[in-house]
Amino acid sequence: MASASDCISQTGPGLKERNYFGFSDCSSVDRSTVSSAHLESKNNMNMKATELRLGLPGSQSPERDSDFSLLNSVKLDEKPLFPLAPSKDRICTLSQKTVASGNKRGFDDTVDGFSESKTTNFSEGNWMFNATGSDPGQAKLAGNVISIRPSGTQLAIKSEVPAKTLQESTNKIIGTNTANAPAAKAQVVGWPPIRSFRKNSLVTTSKTNDEVDGKPGPGALFVKVSMDGAPYLRKVDLRMYSAYKELSSALEKMFSCFTIGQCGPQGAPTRKMLSESKLRDLLHGSEYVLTYEDKDGDWMLVGDVPWEMFIASCKKLKIMKGSDAIGLAPRSVEKCKNQN
Amino acid sequence: MAYSFPEEVLEHVFSFLSSARDRNTVSLVCKSWYEIERWCRHRIFVGNCYAVSPEIVIRRFPELRAVEMKGKPHFADFNLVPEGWGAYAYPWIAAMAEAYPFLEEIKLKRMVVTDETLELISKSYKNFKVLVLTSCEGFTTDGLASIAANCRHLRELDLRESEVEDLSGNWLSDFPDSCTSLVSLNMSCLGSEVSFSALERLVARSPDLRTLRLNRAVPLEKLANLVRHAPQLVELGTGAYSAEIRSDTFSSLADAFSACKQLKALSGFWDVVPSYLPAVYSVCSGITSLNLSYAAIPSSDLVKLISQCQNLQRLWVLDYIEDSGLEALAASCKDLQELRVFPSDPFGAEPNVSLTEQGLVSVSEGCPKLESVLYFCRQMSNAALIAIAKNRPNFIRFRLCIIEPQAADYLTLEPLDTGFGAIVENCKELRRLSMSGLLTDRVFKYIGTHAKKLEMLSIAFAGESDFGLHHVLSGCDSLRKLEIRDCPFGDKALLANAEKLETMRSLWMSSCSVSFGACKLLAQKMPRLNVEVIDERGPPDSRPESCSVERVYVYRTVASRQRLDMPDFVWTLEEDSSMRYALYVLEALVLFQRWFACLLQFRWKLGTLPLKQEENWLELLKMSTIFTLAELSFTNKDAIFNVIFIRLWE
Repeated sequence: MASASDCISQTGPGLKERNYFGFSDCSSVDRSTVSSAHLESKNNMNMKATELRLGLPGSQSPERDSDFSLLNSVKLDEKPLFPLAPSKDRICTLSQKTVASGNKRGFDDTVDGFSESKTTNFSEGNWMFNATGSDPGQAKLAGNVISIRPSGTQLAIKSEVPAKTLQESTNKIIGTNTANAPAAKAQVVGWPPIRSFRKNSLVTTSKTNDEVDGKPGPGALFVKVSMDGAPYLRKVDLRMYSAYKELSSALEKMFSCFTIGQCGPQGAPTRKMLSESKLRDLLHGSEYVLTYEDKDGDWMLVGDVPWEMFIASCKKLKIMKGSDAIGLAPRSVEKCKNQN
Repeated sequence: MAYSFPEEVLEHVFSFLSSARDRNTVSLVCKSWYEIERWCRHRIFVGNCYAVSPEIVIRRFPELRAVEMKGKPHFADFNLVPEGWGAYAYPWIAAMAEAYPFLEEIKLKRMVVTDETLELISKSYKNFKVLVLTSCEGFTTDGLASIAANCRHLRELDLRESEVEDLSGNWLSDFPDSCTSLVSLNMSCLGSEVSFSALERLVARSPDLRTLRLNRAVPLEKLANLVRHAPQLVELGTGAYSAEIRSDTFSSLADAFSACKQLKALSGFWDVVPSYLPAVYSVCSGITSLNLSYAAIPSSDLVKLISQCQNLQRLWVLDYIEDSGLEALAASCKDLQELRVFPSDPFGAEPNVSLTEQGLVSVSEGCPKLESVLYFCRQMSNAALIAIAKNRPNFIRFRLCIIEPQAADYLTLEPLDTGFGAIVENCKELRRLSMSGLLTDRVFKYIGTHAKKLEMLSIAFAGESDFGLHHVLSGCDSLRKLEIRDCPFGDKALLANAEKLETMRSLWMSSCSVSFGACKLLAQKMPRLNVEVIDERGPPDSRPESCSVERVYVYRTVASRQRLDMPDFVWTLEEDSSMRYALYVLEALVLFQRWFACLLQFRWKLGTLPLKQEENWLELLKMSTIFTLAELSFTNKDAIFNVIFIRLWE
């Protein structure tokens, strides 16, 4: 619930920073993976934020750069998770091609170490509506922009790149053999705008027609992910990932807000930064296991079958407490073999 | 004041008003009309479940019998709204269960409906008749079982495209034998097999059954049996339309269909085997609606089927139809009003079928009544769009999705501004528009200038600057719903057009450049708007104010702005009255400053200011002219006061 909790007063004499939106900082999703050094810089940033500024909001480039370099130093294979976060990627490639206005900084804020996107371009003092502060050199990218969303590296490849190189890098990055179809088109979330029901129907339609022997066809594959004790479900697109590791780190990120948030809105602000390793332990170690329900309605442990087989048979996911998962069938390989 | 008519007379007059808008207008005439009207309103439509609260509705309308409601924003269909955002039906149903024991109809769209909700519905309303759940989720077949079992007078059960957890197909058997009132059953979204004998018996004992939409699991061999039990069907959705090619199956099917003299709509055709399509030829001449959008049928077979349907008004089809098929459609179906062409392989890099802009051009030429289009294709040109616009000035809905984001005119490599501009300029009655392709601010200028009747606009990967958004918000007089994704629209247009937002149902912006500071300002400025910042990266105030929010959803509401079911990734402005006070004072100060600056300017021109002070005053002047409220950084109101005072009296 929205309980008005004032943040720690970090500012100068007599000035109190108000948390306007009434939520404590418990569930800072992506902050959770950053070390304490970042916490300090965040405090600094808050101080700066209360400093008097009549300039354009956001004209604090130095701060932000250090912010992002810290985030960069964090393992980049903490892949943006839930299908929606990669919209950041979309924003960045967009920022490359459009003529920017004075408030382009918004895009840049969400950049996480994109090498190709333009670096911070805070047009200070650009008061007027039609800003000319951004690079005139950014040509509008007519036609296609393909941005691949792989694990680990984040790459925005323009369409001038010949298809061959695209193919190679795609294969390298995604790690699956995409020789079946031409270079896998990077999937922007929610584009093209087709309802899930129709998308999933398309997949099965093409499967029956093409006989792609067990390999899932193109298209998204959204499955629900639930977690014991979490108040609501999430959905993930299994086709976003090519290996278990990616999926698990994405789920970690997604559900970390629940595990941390167990302190509740009135909980201790000190818990707001969990170190990455501790989070890992929480989800991977003794406490929780990842399970899935397959086509036959059986609950299995995730990780036993090859990835392709897994996404072909997974209907939904569940993060269970380790103790609950004891009875689950560990060896699902035989079962799948029998099915095939 | 003497009344000319007694209340009963007025009530009788009002009973002829079916449109909600008319009724809303009537209730604004005077207080007594408001009172009379509210007592005799029996159906309401709530376009946004958070725009109003159940208590308010119940207080105003005590005699409702039908409720229609929508929950999540449209972009939720494309997974842009995170799970758990809201739109729960339960609170509404629970409140209405007490207030409206005679409620008969509930129609929900994009809401979360749980099994508990369904059970509550089935037990609370003795006379419950109609349940329509479009794109809803959160329930299982157990919930359906309670509906089937408890609603004695059920007439419609329609689960269009909802996401149902399929626990078993046995729910259908829970319809009691005494239930003979069924008029419409749509279970096409379910996956699991229902007991066929139960289904058959249900159909056989429902003489009023007009609409039957089966799910994929009903095999073709059984279809004939079902259809035979219901020759009065008006709408039929088949199950899987594939079987081994056998002449007895075929003839049985063809016979069954030929008995359906009233059949007007066909859908389903999952996993279709084209050889079985001729079984429906006997009914084609009466068919007005054909939904083949789940059927992979090659173009030639499609053409054979469609050319028999001379009276076709609505066609939903996959792009297997290709340009040639659409040309044939244009030649044979002169009554066509609505066309939707869906992509069969939207994620493939290369086109798999020969469907281009030409298909749409042919249809626009050949079908004079065409007014609603949804078209997915891979290439488009301004020339084609201009031609389409000239051919069909009667478009009401025009939705074009070019699969590649920001695809330019493939002939000239220019943006598609002029093409879409022609559409809005020529189609004066256009109410809904979805655009795609490479678009600059110019197209928004055209839209703002011409699209005066536009009610819903969907934009993606378009525009260059805030001017684009500004044109739309300031120009489109009838705009009700605006949804934007991945466009470089930021704070300025939003804040400059804040009042406009209260005249609309909602605004959705995701992956744009709207800063958190602007969201706060907007919420401050417009107390009747709920500005929801939907951001999964943690609290927005842990990032700089200028940082863009992931998504913002703005809607007008008379209910509380702090809805109780907000998940932890949604932030709305907390009511802080002292902040509002500060805002007023600040505005006053700025006005004062401006006045003061003008005074100084005047004095300076007269040459009566000493030189030394001139620089200071000039600086002050400069500051005043560009010192708009929107530019203020709102993190620290006290400091800002200090600054203004210092500057003024320096």
